[in-house]
Formats: sequence, structure tokens, C-alpha cells
Amino acid sequence: MKFGVIRFPGSCDEVDAQLACQRVGEAEILWHADRDLRGVDAVVVPGGFSYGDYLRAGAIARFAPVMVEVAEFARAGGLVLGICNGFQVLCEAGLLPGALLDNANLRFVFRQVSLVVVSSDSPFTRACEPDRPLSIPVKHMTGCYYAPPELLRGLQERDQVLLRYAPGHNPNGSLRDIAGVCNAARNVFGLMPHPEHAVDPLTGSIDGLAIFQSIRAAVADRLAV
Amino acid sequence: MRARVLVKPKAGILDPQGQAVQRALPALGFTGVTDVHVGRMIELDVQDPARLPEICERLLTNPLIEDYEIVSADPPAPTTASA
Repeated sequence: MKFGVIRFPGSCDEVDAQLACQRVGEAEILWHADRDLRGVDAVVVPGGFSYGDYLRAGAIARFAPVMVEVAEFARAGGLVLGICNGFQVLCEAGLLPGALLDNANLRFVFRQVSLVVVSSDSPFTRACEPDRPLSIPVKHMTGCYYAPPELLRGLQERDQVLLRYAPGHNPNGSLRDIAGVCNAARNVFGLMPHPEHAVDPLTGSIDGLAIFQSIRAAVADRLAV
Repeated sequence: MRARVLVKPKAGILDPQGQAVQRALPALGFTGVTDVHVGRMIELDVQDPARLPEICERLLTNPLIEDYEIVSADPPAPTTASA
């Protein structure tokens, strides 16, 4: 299978994301100005500071030409993973519910956190072992997940909260410790922690691999149909 | 029209910047200041002011978390010089 990782001006984690994807499949970089996904099987919107995060994080990137194709790809059921800034972009684009606010303590947070896999019933978490927390780093300034009360209720009822920060690990004030949510169709997923930075024992944890392995397995199932 | 769009966090949304400013004021001796909110102001010249709400809702703000107000910033009409 082939992943496509988008590069916006200001992206900074696209190469790590590409390397992480390459541990489970092929991966190439997609340029933000091209309206072309080059036939990839899954799209990663990576971390960074797309378009300088001007106005609001992710607010300008959502209008990039490539995002027209990503929206179309997602509508057709394609798998889209947004990491950190990518999560912000997907929320701004309306492909994911909710919004990311400045961290409650107004500080940039950079630390390893423990994540509870709330649901492994998704193409992004299916390879995660139940009841085993994931150790994955976060590094962001605008990661406080917010959804209005009604939306929040709906997300929980529809099992769209896939990851939560473990008790005591919420680094940013996110409502209900939410670290990652998917859309209602379960084919678009965004999270603030960086699974692509946790794929090599050298950096202390390989728990992030489970996310990429999940996507590979989901794509393999689809291709086999 | 020259317009100013005033953007602020929706009521009830965590506003850590507003809280930080509010906490800083008493340290300088400014007491009796409450309910501080920090937002941003965007000034723009528009040919068709009727389109401003759409501009605000689609780009300038995220309606899920922010409220906005549109204020005219046109310079006062020049007064006719008397002879």
C-alpha cells in the first residue's frame, strides 16, 4: 500500500511521518499546491505550522488546493490521518468535529504522554491491544480539544473518541481528556500526540507503530474485497 | 467600506489569555477589573459589506469557538469647507 504525506509551507513533521509510514508500506510526499493525490491509499496530514498558523492553527491550510482532493478522498471513504497541526487542519476543514484551543496553561508542551485506547473499532486503532496504554510524545501550543456539549455527547455515543490521555497525563486541558477523535464514518482521524515520533526504540517507544499498522491492515482488507 | 471585525472567544469557552491578563492587573495595582477576554481585531476594506458575515464565518473566525462583531471604521465624511 502507499501513503501520501502532505507537505504545506511550514510543515515540519512530514519526513518523520513518511519514515514512519515506510515501516509498514510505501510513502511519498504530496505537495500542498497540487490537486493530485497520486493514487495513494491513505493520506497523512502531518504536524508543523502550516502557513505559519496565521489567523488560527490550520485555518489557511484548509484552503490549499490539495485539501480539495483530500476532502473528496475522505467523502469517498479514503483513510485520512491528521497529526497535531494536521488534526487542527482537518477540524478547520470540517472533516473532523470540534476545535483545538490554546493549551489551558498557555505553554508549549513537549513530553511523553500515556494514552488510553478508548476504541479499537476503527481503521486507525484496530492493531492496538486492548487495555494497553500507548506511550507517545506530544509537542504543541494549541492542543486543547473542545466540542460544544451536544457535539461532545454525540461523539461519545457514537464511539468517536478513539484516544484519551491517561489520568494525570492531560497536557493541555482537553475536554474529557480527549486526545484523538474520528468522524462519524470512522475514516478520518485526528490526534494531537505524534505516533510518527514513536516508531523506533532509539526514541524510547515504538507504540506509535500500531496506528500505522492499523491503517495498513485496514487498507489491505479493503484491497482484498 | 473600511470594517473592523472584532473576534473574541465564545462565552463559556476557556480563555486562558483573558484569565492571565486578569490575574496580572491586580499585581500592578489595577483592582476591580473582571471578565477580561482577549481576542483579535481584523481591519479590512470591502467593496460589498453585505458579504462580511460570510467572510467572517468562513475564514476570519471559527464559529464553533468564536463570536464576532463588525464595526465600521470609515473615516468621518469630510466637512464642506466654507468659503
